[in-house]
Amino acid sequence: MYGNFSVCFSARKRRVHGMLKLYYGLNEEGKTVDQAESMNPCDINGTHFDPEVYLNKLRRECSLGELMDQESCMVKQIRSLDSDMQTLVYENYNKFISATDTIRKMKNDFKKMEDEMDCLSTNMAAITEFSAHISGTLQDQHAQITKLSGVHTLLRKLQFLFELPARLNKCLELQAYSQAVSSHRRARCVLQQYSHMPSFRGIQDDCHAIMDKLAQELRQKFRDGGSSAKDLSECVELLLQLDEPAEELCDKFLIHAQSRLEANLRGLEAETDILEFIDRGCNEFVSSLCLVIASYQELFVNRPQEGNLASKNIPHMAIGKLHAFVDAMATCYFSLVERRIQEEKSVGDNSLLVRALDRFHRRLQAVAKLLPGSAVPSQGTEIVVRAARERIQQYLAALQSFYLDSLRDVRQALAAPRLGGSSAGGELLSSLSASILNQIKSVMASVQLFTAKDITFSNKPYFKGEFCSQGVRESLVVNFIKFVCQSSRQFCESVGDRGGSTPPALLLLLSRLCLDYETSTITYILTLTDEQFLVQHRSPVTAVAALCGEAREAAQKLLNHYVKVQGLIISQMLRKSVETRDWVNTIEPRNVRAVMKRVVEDTTSIDVQVSLLYEEGTRKAHSSDSSKRTFSVYSGSRQQTRYAPSYTPSAAMDTNFLSNIHKLFSERIDIFSPVEFNKVSVVTGIIKISLKTFLECVRLRTFGRYGLQQIQVDCNYLQMYLWRFVSDENLVHFLLDEIVGSTAHRCLDPAPMEQSVIEVICERG
Amino acid sequence: MTEEELIPTSSSLLSFSLFPCCRPLSVSLSRSPSLSPPLFLSPPLSFPQIHIIDFDDENNIISKSVLLHQAGEIWHISASPADKAVLSTCYNKTSESRVVTCGAVWRMPPEWESGSHESPDDPHNSHNPQNLELLCHLDNSAHGNASSVLWEPMGDGTRVISLADNHALLWDLTESSTQATISSSATLEGKGQLKFTSGKWGPHHNCTQLATANDTAIRGWDLRTMSQIYCIENAHGQLVRDLDFNPNKQYYLASCGDDCKVKFWDVRNINEPVKSLEEHSHWVWSVRYNHSHDQLVLTGSSDSRVILSNMVSISSEPFGHLVDDDDLSDGEDNHQYDKSKEPLQDSIISTYEEHEDSVYAVEWSSADPWLFASLSYDGRLVINRVPRALKYHILL
Repeated sequence: MYGNFSVCFSARKRRVHGMLKLYYGLNEEGKTVDQAESMNPCDINGTHFDPEVYLNKLRRECSLGELMDQESCMVKQIRSLDSDMQTLVYENYNKFISATDTIRKMKNDFKKMEDEMDCLSTNMAAITEFSAHISGTLQDQHAQITKLSGVHTLLRKLQFLFELPARLNKCLELQAYSQAVSSHRRARCVLQQYSHMPSFRGIQDDCHAIMDKLAQELRQKFRDGGSSAKDLSECVELLLQLDEPAEELCDKFLIHAQSRLEANLRGLEAETDILEFIDRGCNEFVSSLCLVIASYQELFVNRPQEGNLASKNIPHMAIGKLHAFVDAMATCYFSLVERRIQEEKSVGDNSLLVRALDRFHRRLQAVAKLLPGSAVPSQGTEIVVRAARERIQQYLAALQSFYLDSLRDVRQALAAPRLGGSSAGGELLSSLSASILNQIKSVMASVQLFTAKDITFSNKPYFKGEFCSQGVRESLVVNFIKFVCQSSRQFCESVGDRGGSTPPALLLLLSRLCLDYETSTITYILTLTDEQFLVQHRSPVTAVAALCGEAREAAQKLLNHYVKVQGLIISQMLRKSVETRDWVNTIEPRNVRAVMKRVVEDTTSIDVQVSLLYEEGTRKAHSSDSSKRTFSVYSGSRQQTRYAPSYTPSAAMDTNFLSNIHKLFSERIDIFSPVEFNKVSVVTGIIKISLKTFLECVRLRTFGRYGLQQIQVDCNYLQMYLWRFVSDENLVHFLLDEIVGSTAHRCLDPAPMEQSVIEVICERG
Repeated sequence: MTEEELIPTSSSLLSFSLFPCCRPLSVSLSRSPSLSPPLFLSPPLSFPQIHIIDFDDENNIISKSVLLHQAGEIWHISASPADKAVLSTCYNKTSESRVVTCGAVWRMPPEWESGSHESPDDPHNSHNPQNLELLCHLDNSAHGNASSVLWEPMGDGTRVISLADNHALLWDLTESSTQATISSSATLEGKGQLKFTSGKWGPHHNCTQLATANDTAIRGWDLRTMSQIYCIENAHGQLVRDLDFNPNKQYYLASCGDDCKVKFWDVRNINEPVKSLEEHSHWVWSVRYNHSHDQLVLTGSSDSRVILSNMVSISSEPFGHLVDDDDLSDGEDNHQYDKSKEPLQDSIISTYEEHEDSVYAVEWSSADPWLFASLSYDGRLVINRVPRALKYHILL
């Protein structure tokens, strides 16, 4: 009952306590509780146990039975405690007895040992006495021995000194220079120190003489140059140790190296093949150069600094000399290489050159590794860049000459009598453009070698950027296209307009070529270039549109020129035919003049020629009787005017008025106007020029009656055949009308021929 | 006489029609101060006559008188520099169905000289045209057809050159011009039938130079020795049609031809033209320097156009008048002015397209340097003025 309460209480208290603790953040659980428990005076095992309190408590709280139980329990516990105590006491007693025995035995042993210690101390005293006695006797002899050994060492050193000249001589004889130098070094200070004594002085002088001789010999050997690099380096090392001035040595070393390198270069000059040339250059010159650099650096730059040498700052001076030397040698080599590369003119196979350049460039990297600050590799790269540029120029020149050659071929083919069908123009054009395109492609393939991945210099910024955009795209491709346009234009400006030296067919062909370039080829080539070279347009490049414009301009100019030339040829025929005839006294026309037939024939052949290269083009609708039109202008009122010898202007004005009205409604004809890119426009242009010439020539002549009639017949004939060639037949009609009208004006006796008669004559041919 | 229609178009001063088939046009050197000089025109073939057009600049009035030229169709006409009543012609003479071109010197009837200018509205006057009075023939059948007759520039009207086939003949006229004698002659020699097509008497070097054109070549002659001084072979691709000397700059010569080009030459270097223009689309028949402002060059072509060019760079005033332009910058035609202010480079000033047919002749007025006339085959004569903006630009 109590236990339950207590448990319950304590549990509750703990809970409250826990909450408080939680609130204050304390963590001392159980401490107070323990204390309370241990302080409990009723705890029979506790330290603060109070039998009085305990008894009172029991008496107060417990029943009699319970008290009885409690008492018997307590008696039982007391009994067991008593027995435990008894056994403990027994055990401890035995142990105490054995300990007492042991102590007694130890007392005996210590007494014996004390005796032995006494004996030892007396013996030690005797030994000490003896020892003192001995050392007293040996004192003198020891001092003597020390002195003797000192003398011995000195004597040995002296002997070395005295033997030194002989030894050095022997070394000299055996050429064991390094041994001699090390011996001399060892003795040098001593001799210096005791040089005031005559004997030492003699030795020193001897040694100096010998060492001078040795140095002489070393220098001689150094100068001879026949020795290997390793020997040389040994020489240099020894000389340095002999206090030779380092600067002089550097110079000598480099001069010596220079002679060998120059020999290499001389050997190179004989080489013919570019690849072998570069190979040899790499293997001989560049590798010896590397060797020189390496050994030089080992000798002068990287050697451990010792003693007084350190103060002279040799490496700094030596590096400076080395740079100057390497630069000078490299310049010689580079000039040789450049000369050689420039000789490489044949554009057939680019791969050899590229490979050679690659090797050249690759080997120079070794120099870069050996001599980090050197300008040589960058100069080498520049040479490669220059070579690449040069190459592009050469390819451009080659392309240009190829183009001119093919033009020459085309010209010959055009001049040659036609064997096969008449389709020569079209075939020539396609073969020409195909061969040019092929050539461009092959050139691009060759040039592309410069940017191949396995070529060391292809990752240089120049080859990634400028080479592609400025070099290949601009200098090569764009320039070539420009050249094509330019050279085409030059054909138009050829000396003398009298047909020039250029055959008209070539003009036509070139014009079509330029037009094709404008429509497709330029775009194709440039796209191909951009793709193949991954051109990044960092710098401004020529736009495709600009090139196309140029090509179109050239095409237009060529076509205009073609029209002009062909028109001129026909014009000349017509002009001669008008100018050379006596039109006043001519006979009655019986047939069409041969010139007119010739004109029609030529026009037909031009039409055929043009149709091979250009499309038909559009023309206005024909009237039903295009070939048959009468020229009415000269008849009627104008005729009447002629017969009125007065100058009454009214009638004249009528005709004039009529003709002016007519002109008002017809468009002005531009004779030498630009033509369109089609057949009809071209032929129309030619016919316009020819007929206009005819008109102007007629106006300069005076005609008789039959002269007028002949012109009528001729014009009718032209009308019959020319209408089909032109875009607007009214144009031909108008011009022929003008011709007949002007002839009538210029006629002394204008009596026109009957239209029916004209037609009969014309149809008879 | 004719119904001269005055067609005031936007750009041209005036234009009107005459007989069709007109060719020659010439301006005499009248010194009349108030009136601009008369123009001589010649209609063709069956009505050989000379029209004298008088243009009153201030009132825009045109008066015309007609003189008959009975001898035949006129191909070339030029006025004496000394006597404004005297003129020379080259004309076709048809005899026995043969056409021969002759040269002659004529005097205009005194009525005209007195200055009785009839108004164009008065038709009666022109019904009684007067004949020209023949002074002398410049004829020498041995020398063939005359293509042109040239008076000595600024001379006293006593020296004349006629070009006949391949001969250049220098004539001396008497005081009254009634008699002509050949004083010297030069002959063009070479292969084929050579023929002078045109010529010009140079005003420089004391009038001792003559320039002629035959086929594609231009030749210069020294009149003192009658020998050739230079020859520009292939001056043009085709026939050379006309020549003119720069009046203010020695050695400079303009030529035009069938290759549609106008070329300017420095005869001291005949390998290369100084300048070449290709603006026309057909044969260029006539080229004329302005008499006082030689940067103004007029050309007429059978493409029916007349082109006025400003050839500043090769003129005698290549830098213009060096006056600063602050005080000129305002004005009503500012826009046009600004445009014309810039060119110290050569440019086309304007293209006149009033003509419907080939233009065979263009001439500057000799009294008013800003006035010029052009004549086309259909008989239309157009008188134009240099654009005012340009005029001020040149003058100021």
